[in-house]
Amino acid sequence: MQLALFLIFGGLAAAGAINLLLQRHPINSALSLVVVMMSLAVLYWSLGAEFLAASQVIVYSGAIMVFFVFVIMLLNAGEEERTHGSRAAYIVGFPGAAAIFCLLSFVFLSERHALGSSNIGGYLNHVTSNIAEISTLLFTKLLLPFEVTSILILVAILGAVVLARKEQ
Amino acid sequence: MSHLSPFQTFLLLSILKVVVVLVLTLMAVAYTVLLERKFLGRIQNRWGPSRVGPFGLMQPMADGIKLFLKEDLLPIAAERPLFIIAPIIALACSLISISVVPFGQVTHVAGVDIFQIADLNIGLLVILGITSIGVYGIALSGWSSNNKFALLGSLRATSQMISYELALGLSLVGVVLRAQSLSLRDIVNSQSAHGMLSWNVFGGFQFVAFFIYLMAAYAETNRAPFDLPEAESELVAGYHTEYSSMKFAMFFMAEYANMITVACVASLLFFGGASSPLGHLLPDNFGGPFLTAVFPILWFIAKVLFFLLLYIWVRGTLPRFRYDQLMSFGWKFLLPLAMANIVVTSLVMALRS
Amino acid sequence: MNSFAAAQVPIAAYLILAAALFSVGVAAFLIKRNLITIFMSIELMLNAVNLTFVAFAHMWHQVSGQIFVFFVMVVAAAEAAVGLAIIIAIFRTRQTLNVDQIDLMKS
Repeated sequence: MQLALFLIFGGLAAAGAINLLLQRHPINSALSLVVVMMSLAVLYWSLGAEFLAASQVIVYSGAIMVFFVFVIMLLNAGEEERTHGSRAAYIVGFPGAAAIFCLLSFVFLSERHALGSSNIGGYLNHVTSNIAEISTLLFTKLLLPFEVTSILILVAILGAVVLARKEQ
Repeated sequence: MSHLSPFQTFLLLSILKVVVVLVLTLMAVAYTVLLERKFLGRIQNRWGPSRVGPFGLMQPMADGIKLFLKEDLLPIAAERPLFIIAPIIALACSLISISVVPFGQVTHVAGVDIFQIADLNIGLLVILGITSIGVYGIALSGWSSNNKFALLGSLRATSQMISYELALGLSLVGVVLRAQSLSLRDIVNSQSAHGMLSWNVFGGFQFVAFFIYLMAAYAETNRAPFDLPEAESELVAGYHTEYSSMKFAMFFMAEYANMITVACVASLLFFGGASSPLGHLLPDNFGGPFLTAVFPILWFIAKVLFFLLLYIWVRGTLPRFRYDQLMSFGWKFLLPLAMANIVVTSLVMALRS
Repeated sequence: MNSFAAAQVPIAAYLILAAALFSVGVAAFLIKRNLITIFMSIELMLNAVNLTFVAFAHMWHQVSGQIFVFFVMVVAAAEAAVGLAIIIAIFRTRQTLNVDQIDLMKS
């Protein structure tokens, strides 16, 4: 079950990411990013983080990406064209990204025995709800960071309103 | 079934449940359309559909055949793949969220609960998440049809749905606080102790949350009086202007399936779901095991039907909002009220414990 | 249950998937010329990092990793709001989203 979920949704996530890279129109890229995020939500769930899976769907694919799609629709952004700068980026970008990938996977593969393997549903399922655990920690030990992030969001809302408002 | 392993039994029963619930939901969608037309007709002092079959009961079949057989137009300027995928997203999202709804009391057959497809411990969040994915169907339909009315309708719909999602989500927090769980089954169980008196809307003092939920949900499903995205007098037909035949039918079915989901969630969260309003006045094993399993479902259906009728009643009664009124109503009235409800509920709960 | 249904996935597989997503995000960040798409590739990289957090949280049997992801999501939401507002402001003045034409300092 775990393996099947990983193969299906990991494959879907990777395919979505590559589609984001290959598509020329921003709305297609945005939709493939949504696919990536939804399949990541399933992977989170299979790793025993069901609260994160839900908030991934609600926050990322339901709010942030809708916002992206909304802006693309509003600005009516067309297909992008190849330019000078992009050719330089091709020469640097692909080898660089490949190098990062090779380095990271080399490290992970060489440490794979120490990392162990996962079992479905996680470890907290039978003892206590994951959500209870997270919220207890958030509202006791991590209360200050929690409040600081809410102030950050407030500031971000104000900033966004100021930035996007038309000049008087 | 004895020669099957538990896993195979589970798989078979789950597939069976999915198929049965899907067929029943689609039937319910078809007959909700008829119900709306009949009831709205009576509100407006006319008959409604009455020609096809007795009392017009075959009307959904006739409509279905008509929509199937119509020509499927595809505008030249439309973005082909997105234009086709948008109604599918809308319908799929509205049908998926029914899968976490518990229709009756826990009744195990061969180790599988037969009245709920999946009892997730994040059931409520799943419904909210699926609803927020449904926005894509509408946003993409308007953008891909390359029509200014469709685009305007879908921009309106998207911003309206995103805005009211906040009030909707916040209005449910009080219920979650009382039940101390996000599983819909637990939420229902937390209201089943004393019948009607322990329902969240009466005994739980969540009536403010209930009305916020109801209004936000009407806006979420783009129904009157918040049906701005498809205001005929301004936008032709809104985001589905360019759609015809089955693709239009998909949007239509998605709207009514969303209505049914909203009615289900309202009865689950605020009206005790499948639990009886009489509480334990009737003996628990009234009429043998079969009736004990069936009665909760009847209560649930009655509650859902009540909310569907309320939908239609509101549509027949209230005029449409203006768009700026809609936005300021959502942001300046519903959202602060929902927050105040959370604060008061948690204060009361903290003082009581 | 057969053996396939009970098969486990090594944590390293999740990490490698995350690495793949991250490097695709880096490549998209460098190659793409549209401002919005570049912004989206940043979100992809954030998501890849979130997956490693969740995988490590699963491995260490602790929720701290999940709380990290929670905060990343919140900050990403704030970042998206401000970033998209900046993009709209840029589009108003320049009428383009191509990053090669938005080198304001030079023109």
